[in-house]
Amino acid sequence: MMIVAGQSQSAYFLEEDIPNTERSHTLSVLVDNEPGVLARIVGLFSGRGYNIESLTVSEVEHEKHLSRITIVTTGKPPVVTQIMHQIGRLIPVHRVTNLTWLGETIERELALVKVAGKGEIRDDALRLAQAFNARIVDATLESYVFEITGTPSDIDRFVSLMTNCGLVEVARTGLAAVGRGKIGM
Amino acid sequence: MTRQMTGAEMVIQALIDQGVDTIFGYPGGSVLPIYDEIFQQDKINHILVRHEQGAGHAAEGYARSTGKVGVALVTSGPGATNMVTPLADALLDSIPMVCITGQVPTHLIGTDAFQEADTVGITRPCTKHNFLVRTIESLPRILHEAFRIATTGRPGPVLIDIPKNIQFQTGTYENCKDKAPLTQYNPRREGDADAIRAAVNLMIAAKKPVLYTGGGVINSGRHATELLRDLVKLTGFPITSTLMGLGAYPASGPNWLGMLGMHGTYEANLAMHDCDVMVCVGARFDDRITGRIDAFSPNSKKIHIDIDPSSINKNVRVDIPIVGDVGSVLAEMIRLWKELSPQTDAAAHKNWWNQIASWRAKKCLRYKKSHDVIMPQYAIERLYAMTRGHDTYITTEVGQHQMWAAQFFGFDEPNRLMTSGGLGTMGYGLPAALGAQIAHPNSLVIDIAGDASAQMCIQELSTAVQYDAPIKIFILNNQYMGMVRQWQQLLHGNRLSHSYVEAMPDFVKLAEAYGGVGIRCEKPDELDDAITEMISVKKPVIFDCRVANLANCFPMIPSGKAHNEMLLGEDVSDEEIGNAIGAAGKVLV
Repeated sequence: MMIVAGQSQSAYFLEEDIPNTERSHTLSVLVDNEPGVLARIVGLFSGRGYNIESLTVSEVEHEKHLSRITIVTTGKPPVVTQIMHQIGRLIPVHRVTNLTWLGETIERELALVKVAGKGEIRDDALRLAQAFNARIVDATLESYVFEITGTPSDIDRFVSLMTNCGLVEVARTGLAAVGRGKIGM
Repeated sequence: MTRQMTGAEMVIQALIDQGVDTIFGYPGGSVLPIYDEIFQQDKINHILVRHEQGAGHAAEGYARSTGKVGVALVTSGPGATNMVTPLADALLDSIPMVCITGQVPTHLIGTDAFQEADTVGITRPCTKHNFLVRTIESLPRILHEAFRIATTGRPGPVLIDIPKNIQFQTGTYENCKDKAPLTQYNPRREGDADAIRAAVNLMIAAKKPVLYTGGGVINSGRHATELLRDLVKLTGFPITSTLMGLGAYPASGPNWLGMLGMHGTYEANLAMHDCDVMVCVGARFDDRITGRIDAFSPNSKKIHIDIDPSSINKNVRVDIPIVGDVGSVLAEMIRLWKELSPQTDAAAHKNWWNQIASWRAKKCLRYKKSHDVIMPQYAIERLYAMTRGHDTYITTEVGQHQMWAAQFFGFDEPNRLMTSGGLGTMGYGLPAALGAQIAHPNSLVIDIAGDASAQMCIQELSTAVQYDAPIKIFILNNQYMGMVRQWQQLLHGNRLSHSYVEAMPDFVKLAEAYGGVGIRCEKPDELDDAITEMISVKKPVIFDCRVANLANCFPMIPSGKAHNEMLLGEDVSDEEIGNAIGAAGKVLV
């Protein structure tokens, strides 16, 4: 389902086939890249008591000053529909797409994972990194920084393994997502 | 045509180009350049209030009583923060409003400068949209876009924060009223044709239909009101309305059930509960309307017409949502209905009206009359009777008096009742009356108030005196915050914590101190003469109507209860009142 600014969508009819269970949804929101636009989105979520599991934002079309915000939230379909309509009501929002409802979605996240240690721990870390296709982006005699790209659950697993390998810190980008196939949002 | 001018000049010019003739405001350091421009022109009438909150509510009253945009102008910092309540009020009640605030110069933003506040940050959740003007080049388009956003789609308040240095800068002004809009905001007006057809078919087949209308009908404009009346005539359906929608269908009309909801009539609420087809027109299934949501109108198919897609399925799941402007959708419905010239189930409709007649026979608005003390309901009944034939606008504050006004004052026309429905702002009515009176200088404008609410923006009486705005503040004075007291009786064992006002001012002297006229009335048999006197005075009046102190506002759907679990005034004992709300209902507001 997609909400385009200036068009109405009758959510009810579209929801019929969707099971009424709580799950996570990936929303893609195209907005004017102007000061305060992120605050409007985030304020809407906190003000109305919706939760954000992940949020990423970056300019995607420089000439048109458009940014794309990817939000992962959880809820039953009526709640998610309401969230989408509330977002769609904001003046700088051009379009809201629920990628989860569109079908198959490609979702990726990048993480930088720092581990420190000597001996066996260090060897384990390196082997696991190779198994996960993580890249070494910094190395000292006592530490590594790995760069890993994958689905959020890939990264969860990698990070959880690294806790046994001298994990120091993790930085994650949050989710970027697009639908499969030739159609854009 | 373009012209060079300063930012401050642009503000005034844009207001003129938008057809604004009246603004409400209060000067201060960071709006001085705009005030200097106001001084040097005569096209815009500026009303100097006594408190920025008053400017906001006056602009709301002006907007609501005229259908035009209300405009307020205030300074940075405290000026802007005092405007937060009116903005939130206008947002919840969908009132078109443009608020211009001054801001510290751009190079001082973020330095905790004198009278600096993050105005766009503070007002983001209580406006439809807001702008911080960063360059003189962007100012003309922002000014015009603010009016477009405030008035299109679901109306609401828009704020423009203008730093002082930009007010001084010179730039190119162009009247971009009809130019391409600044934002892509472009809400749809026409409803989906298939949905409208499905709705009309459902209405034709209905055996127990009800129309449930709201403020959206009034916001859609006068033609929407006419269309609604046509639809009622065409279908013969019974009709009820929310507080915000009163007057769209006349209270004297044959199909009128009275207001619905928490203090709505028995017949309206039971019709909502028992109907088989509900047509919601420009209303939003607010919690004051629905009562217990899982018991709300359990056996009906619901049609919902609303211009805001986020209103659909927000509180109540509906069967046929129609996103669009009420006027446009009603016109299409009427066209279809006439085209189909349907045979409706006359026998079923007759049964339904008979059922409604039996509910009406309950006479749910009955109250115990008294010869010694003025009952508040009686005071409103007499006020209504004595003002019939006058060109009357009513505003209210918030509380028992507001509900009695809705129950006992009959509104036959739209835009005649200005009240704070969504936010429930005590202090709204007096400045709103000022705004309505400025818009309609020769009309009778009455603020039906409570003794507590009236004092929340009492300072605007001074404004009314300054501008010869002869507003009447009709106070139902019961010495209590009546609705708070009623709820304490219902919920908290009648422990009246801080709901009694021990040091009540002498309202007659207060009116005189401000330069108005004070009238006091304590006896039922003196009421008519006193009201007549109030109407005849061509000055602002405070009418101190001393009413029964402990009267409760009935009927009432206790919180957490369904439409068919109403408390009716004459039937309930104090004990029943004390036990009316269960533990689960107590946490509700």
